[in-house]
Amino acid sequence: MSNDTVKRPPREAEGSRGAEARVEMYRAQVRVRLFEKEAYNLFLQNLVKGTSHLAIGQEAVAAGVSAALRPDDYVFATYRGHAHAISRGAPMTACFAELMGRESGLMAGKGGSMHLTYAKGNFMGSYAIVGAHLTIANGAAWSAVYRGTDQVAVAFFGDGATNIGAFHEALNLAATWKLPVVFVCENNLYMEYTPISQVTAVAQPAADRASAYGLPPVLVDGNDADAVHEAATEAVERARSGGGPSLVEAVTYRHGGHSRADPGKYRPDEEVAEWLAKDPLPRYRTRLQGEGVEAPLLDRIEADARDEVDRAREEAKAAPPADPAHLETEVFSYGESSWRR
Amino acid sequence: MPQVITYREAVAVGLAQEMERDPSVVLIGEDIATAGGVFKATAGLLEKFGPKRVRDTPISEQAILGAAMGAAMTGLRPVAELMFADFVSVCHDLVVNQIAKARYMTNGQISLPLVVRFGNGGGLRFGAQHSQSVEGWLMAVPGLKVVVPSTPADVVGLMAAAVRDEDPVMFLEEKALYPTSGEVPEGEHVDELGTARVRRAGSDASIFALGTMVHRALGAAGQLAAEGIDCEVVDLRSLVPLDVSTVAASVAKTGRVFTVEEGPRLCGWGAELASIVAEECFYDLDAPVRRVTTPHIPLPAADSLEDAAIPSVERVVAVVREGLG
Repeated sequence: MSNDTVKRPPREAEGSRGAEARVEMYRAQVRVRLFEKEAYNLFLQNLVKGTSHLAIGQEAVAAGVSAALRPDDYVFATYRGHAHAISRGAPMTACFAELMGRESGLMAGKGGSMHLTYAKGNFMGSYAIVGAHLTIANGAAWSAVYRGTDQVAVAFFGDGATNIGAFHEALNLAATWKLPVVFVCENNLYMEYTPISQVTAVAQPAADRASAYGLPPVLVDGNDADAVHEAATEAVERARSGGGPSLVEAVTYRHGGHSRADPGKYRPDEEVAEWLAKDPLPRYRTRLQGEGVEAPLLDRIEADARDEVDRAREEAKAAPPADPAHLETEVFSYGESSWRR
Repeated sequence: MPQVITYREAVAVGLAQEMERDPSVVLIGEDIATAGGVFKATAGLLEKFGPKRVRDTPISEQAILGAAMGAAMTGLRPVAELMFADFVSVCHDLVVNQIAKARYMTNGQISLPLVVRFGNGGGLRFGAQHSQSVEGWLMAVPGLKVVVPSTPADVVGLMAAAVRDEDPVMFLEEKALYPTSGEVPEGEHVDELGTARVRRAGSDASIFALGTMVHRALGAAGQLAAEGIDCEVVDLRSLVPLDVSTVAASVAKTGRVFTVEEGPRLCGWGAELASIVAEECFYDLDAPVRRVTTPHIPLPAADSLEDAAIPSVERVVAVVREGLG
């Protein structure tokens, strides 16, 4: 993205979090990065079929927002959702196994890459029809209010979702009902293959729409976990304290194409180079080291994540394929699919 | 003592019964609270249960069903009204891709105990976008249960069963039946999904019908009885689950099958029923299955045209007579 498309400067990170918590945000980003790289390798080996949408380059958004949440908060993600599943505690082995169609998959092979769900961690699913889950996140937030908890719901979505009706229906209802929901736009500048700026009436597809729903525009550097975390913390606190919804636009970039089949050739080389230079991982590592975090600690985080990913991949590869005996289970609550009596 | 109420009143009676029993039951929809619903089917519920449990929404069908879905997966039992059933087309994604599939795609991690209420069907001269019978669309989607009550008692009892069900239930209230009256049992009334009712026993032919068409079928059976033709009328009441055993028992008894469907011809529920009968009851049949449906057209507005489109008592009589002839 050229700078002239950003009207407001992204927020500056304040680095208000403690060092330990920030090291954990680094770990969160590294785990996702290595998982996603491995998912790509497995696709190249034809072990991951179908499609997959990787978050390589966008890790800071998941890390920054997740660090602002409680375990009992609800998270809804898109088909580019591996990062969010892992960030909410979904076991890597089960995630790989799901991508590979194994019986031990997170959903026993019934969902696949685009639908990772880990309800135990209140990760309420990955949704592959653009925009729909914003309305569903509202429901979880409404339920939290009704039940008298102070849980918050978060919906992650891409820039492309800001042009679909469900986005606007969801924002209006959330604002009208003052729901504790945080809408986080991961603006990676491309709606699938088309620059979002070519198909959107405003420069910032989410932030510039906020005022239509009485919300302040919030635009952050999505490649900076601290900046994301700060904005998310503010939004989550506002939601939890009864202040209603927020719309946060985190500007970021995916290093690869839209999905596994897309080499991303429609993006100018210089743009890609510019964003690779802003890769959130080395950037964050450098910042942490500059603030006195010891390199060996960060090295160990990387090595641990590498080990975790390797182990998870091998366990998933060794698992048996999804069992056709379960093909018709879990259509209805009585456990199977029968439509007749 | 049983009381006589309208089908319209039965909606609120059924909902109130469940709301009194279970505080997790909540209602949302356009105009359902202050106005009591455009069909007045939720009249009095706001006054009885307050604005926290009976909530008006904007004209945002996706937001309505999304809210219901998110609430259902996190501990509530929402009942969402879509007003005219035709409006399910503007939130088809939520119904078909989201609500219907959530349990399966997550391998049972997510349950959606929710009810969607629809004002279904024609007969009110509203024209093609406010008169459709959408049960055929809904029946085709794995993961949805589809219920169409034909009497006030069934509205109450099946509503209770729908609210208590752990799966998403599409509850189709027949607009044409709202003003009709009938007895409802005293006290708590809970029915069972997936159970058909034999409304009139007979030995010469089985007429399978749903909702408004049950009454047309009964009218036809009455006229045919005068001619010495003894028809059995089976009210299917729910399409999913479908009570195949009651269907098969009736076919075994009469050997002749007729369906009376308000929807357009192609892929109506009667086609599925005919297919089941052909596969499972073939040797009980004495004649081809005959379907009475609306023509394969959008419903017109003018009363003379709409009356000509929707199966009438006379048409049912004629087809049954011909089928037995």
